[in-house]
Amino acid sequence: MSIDVETARRVAKLARIQVDESDLPALAGELSNILGFMEQLNEVDVTGVEPMTSVTPMRLKRRADVVTDGNIQELVLKNAPDAREGFFAVPKVVE
Amino acid sequence: MTNANELTLADARDALRKGDLSATDLTMACLTAMDAGDALGAYVHKTPEMALDQARAADARLKAGGAPDLCGIPLGIKDLFCTKGVPSQAASNILKGFRPEYESTVTTKLFDAGAVMLGKLNMDEFAMGSSNESSCYGPAVNPWRVDDRELSPGGSSGGSASAVAADLCIAATGTDTGGSIRQPAAFCGIVGIKPTYGRVSRWGIIAYASSLDQAGPMTKSVRDAAILLGAMSGHDPKDSTSADLAVPDFEAALTGDIRGKKIGIPREYRLPGLRPEIEALWQKGADMLRDAGAEVVDISLPHAKYALPAYYVIAPAEASSNLARYDGVRYGHRAKLGAGDGITEMYEKTRAEGFGAEVQRRIMIGTYVLSAGFYDAYYNRARKVRALIKRDFEQAFAAGVDAILAPTTPSPAFGLGEMQSANPVEMYLNDVFTVTLNLAGLPGVSVPMGLDREGLPLGLQLIGRPWEEGDLLNHAYVLERAAGFVEKPRKWW
Repeated sequence: MSIDVETARRVAKLARIQVDESDLPALAGELSNILGFMEQLNEVDVTGVEPMTSVTPMRLKRRADVVTDGNIQELVLKNAPDAREGFFAVPKVVE
Repeated sequence: MTNANELTLADARDALRKGDLSATDLTMACLTAMDAGDALGAYVHKTPEMALDQARAADARLKAGGAPDLCGIPLGIKDLFCTKGVPSQAASNILKGFRPEYESTVTTKLFDAGAVMLGKLNMDEFAMGSSNESSCYGPAVNPWRVDDRELSPGGSSGGSASAVAADLCIAATGTDTGGSIRQPAAFCGIVGIKPTYGRVSRWGIIAYASSLDQAGPMTKSVRDAAILLGAMSGHDPKDSTSADLAVPDFEAALTGDIRGKKIGIPREYRLPGLRPEIEALWQKGADMLRDAGAEVVDISLPHAKYALPAYYVIAPAEASSNLARYDGVRYGHRAKLGAGDGITEMYEKTRAEGFGAEVQRRIMIGTYVLSAGFYDAYYNRARKVRALIKRDFEQAFAAGVDAILAPTTPSPAFGLGEMQSANPVEMYLNDVFTVTLNLAGLPGVSVPMGLDREGLPLGLQLIGRPWEEGDLLNHAYVLERAAGFVEKPRKWW
């Protein structure tokens, strides 16, 4: 599967990574190369094989549905690039 | 008398017990070596005050008696582990300035046992790489060299391997998603074990590919690996994939007796173009195990050749999801915004500035293979192939194989910058012998076996049954003793 410039632009958008227009052809080439390498997987007969969901067969543990922590607003906000009045601040989302 | 920083963990432990050495003196020796080793680029954040505080507390505890094995042992910690109040950046600019308000489970366990942290260690950005060159701090350097070229310590735990090999710490933590403990261990002539998936809690370790990530020790000897692994392991309610199994005494498993054990040699690993030197080393390792009373048999892992492409679908897919959290809102870097920029521009600019090229590449590959229309063709197919890869191992173990012997890497350490011109896929080939067991969740250890013709270390890898790290380390112990690798890099830094 070869990736064209349009697909590369779409993938960058989906990944929320800004890519300059002039860098898109090189990116498309790199992605195509890597995907080409993955094409080998098509040689494998996977009929009747279930996709792996967990590498070690284990049952997820359960616990009582109770609050185990909280009241640490200050700690939660401590590393935020912009925190105001107890909230994370971001550019305006809704007009 | 050797300098205290050159001691193995086991010898340091015994000296501390006997009172021949204080944790403070041992820590001072390591701090001095650390500061003299800046040319290696191994440490990226040093924590000397914290180390000395911890050392003093350890001395008090040692004096009181009954202290755990790790008490007073100075360690380096990979930058991927969140350490409270200490920068934890995963070697990425997107986490610049991030100081966690919490402690990872592994470092909590180590500190509770009295271990001393010297500082944080260099790595590839978000553990994505095999050369340490994708670090935002610049690469760590391999202490081994044969001419005036600086060599890669491997990756992603390159700083850990370099620091241990150069005696800038007694031992270090690493993490392994596709070979990131074992490949740098082999490149730097040390021991590194990736435990069974679920043996060590992932809580507080910055995630790359959650179904593959596993932390483990990087040490100067197999015994050291057994001791440190024991201290890192155990069930953690905060990691739902951590196994609720008792942690055995791994050190007690080192009997040196492997008589009657069956060692598998996977024929699919005999790749066309495998270097004769690596091939010969592999044969030598098999002979050593046979001489120790094990039976060596050929085995088949028919899907081995598909491990690398399956890995490079699954790991980026999980990474694209895990790394979605770096959005410039909660921690780390946020891009300066222009007039009229909204939240989407904030995300896109922040992520373009904060992530390096390889991380961006893997996020985009992951985004693509998970996108509508391609999910089945790539991601689901890769997960099916992963199931087949695991089944190959299960069949080998069911046939009575106790451990599998293979090379760790297809080559010794390469020069920094030498792979820059290579395309990404060529770099990925470094992981060809190591990724299979991450996909199967199995434990694997790299043991230093000797030097190549030029004088660079080479390692062999042993792969074990799930949850049988003790037995696996015992096989490694036999190889270590037979190989008798004692060389150290000549100190040029």
